[in-house]
Amino acid sequence: MTDKKENLTIHINQEWCKGCGICVAFCPKKVLAIGENGKSTMIDPDNCIKCGMCQMRCPDFAIFLGGSDS
Amino acid sequence: MNHPLAESYFRMDKLPHIWCPGCSHGIIMASIARAIDRLGLDKDNVCIVSGIGCSSRAPGYMDFNTLHTTHGRALAFATGVKLANPKLEVIVISGDGDLSAIGGNHLIHAARRNIGLTTICFNNNIYGMTGGQYSPTTPTGDKATTAPYGNIDKPFDITKLAIGAGATYAAKVTAFHVTQMDKYIESAIAHKGFSLVEAIAVCPTYYGRKNRKGSAVEMMTWLKDHYIDFKVAEKLPPEKREGKELMGEFINVDAPEYTALYDALIDRLKD
Ligand SMILES: Cc1ncc(C[n+]2csc(CCOP(=O)(O)OP(=O)(O)O)c2C)c(N)n1
Ligand code: SF4
Ligand code: SF4
Ligand code: SF4
Repeated sequence: MTDKKENLTIHINQEWCKGCGICVAFCPKKVLAIGENGKSTMIDPDNCIKCGMCQMRCPDFAIFLGGSDS
Repeated sequence: MNHPLAESYFRMDKLPHIWCPGCSHGIIMASIARAIDRLGLDKDNVCIVSGIGCSSRAPGYMDFNTLHTTHGRALAFATGVKLANPKLEVIVISGDGDLSAIGGNHLIHAARRNIGLTTICFNNNIYGMTGGQYSPTTPTGDKATTAPYGNIDKPFDITKLAIGAGATYAAKVTAFHVTQMDKYIESAIAHKGFSLVEAIAVCPTYYGRKNRKGSAVEMMTWLKDHYIDFKVAEKLPPEKREGKELMGEFINVDAPEYTALYDALIDRLKD
């Protein structure tokens, strides 16, 4: 959690994602979408501002900012 | 890699949780863990107590001292825990049904005594677990399994009820307004005395379906568009306040806390 913002990237745990669409709808940059499998997916990583709102509103711990190397 | 908050504060072997897609309970549960994290509390010094309901399942997932008790009685159990060990941070998780119907009496008396418990009400305006019966917070006119033609009751405002009964900290917030929710829950836990945060939640499965409120996203959008801070509302002309619901920190005052008074009484009688 102490990682610098530039080293963070969005991780999506597709096994826990229930496809509710909350992260997609309220992402200020609209960089997420529900994929063909019904789960959240990152469609435009370059424009993600790493605000963390998706992580805070996801009811299922399925999307979060974490280190980019793993 | 794993979700850092989940890994630090939740029982990973119990996740993913069983709540429906888009149910707000997971959002509020995570907010409680973030507040505990920011306060830097020792996990062993925190006790989470719940009653029965979908919301009351939360302590099963949270990696602290936890008690999953009987319907409506979380505050009674929590009162016992707090009196036995006043150093514990005791946090009660309770649904609107659990807290204001069967448990309503415990709520008013815990508030009246100003006992140092933090209550987080997961208010989704319905009995989720048992299939969508109306609760004391179901708005007048809304439908429920037990109100197929519309509810004729007038709803409780749980925040006002707690303040009326003597709560010294009370805030209302919604599952959409997560930044404020984190802040209020943090303040409520840090507060000495009875504190309540009423978190307005969505239950897409029962309340949403019965009232044709659409998807979880549509229900969250409604919260976003209708709830405003009461301090902002005070500055608005009447026509702009119309149809708005009020949230915010409604009370935050100091008053003698019950377990401290109790300990002082014992000390006095020892001499
Ligand atoms: C003594 C008793 N009465 C009734 C029930 C049935 N019951 C279980 S949960 C519940 C209400 C749940 O609603 P709420 O507290 O609002 O929580 P939610 O499920 O909506 O999160 C009821 C009536 C019970 N378990 N025990
Ligand atoms: S961190 Fe912010 S910008 Fe990036 S996906 Fe999440 S909500 Fe969107
Ligand atoms: S908010 Fe969470 S569960 Fe819902 S779609 Fe996004 S990642 Fe999946
Ligand atoms: S029934 Fe309602 S309250 Fe219960 S888990 Fe489903 S959405 Fe949540």
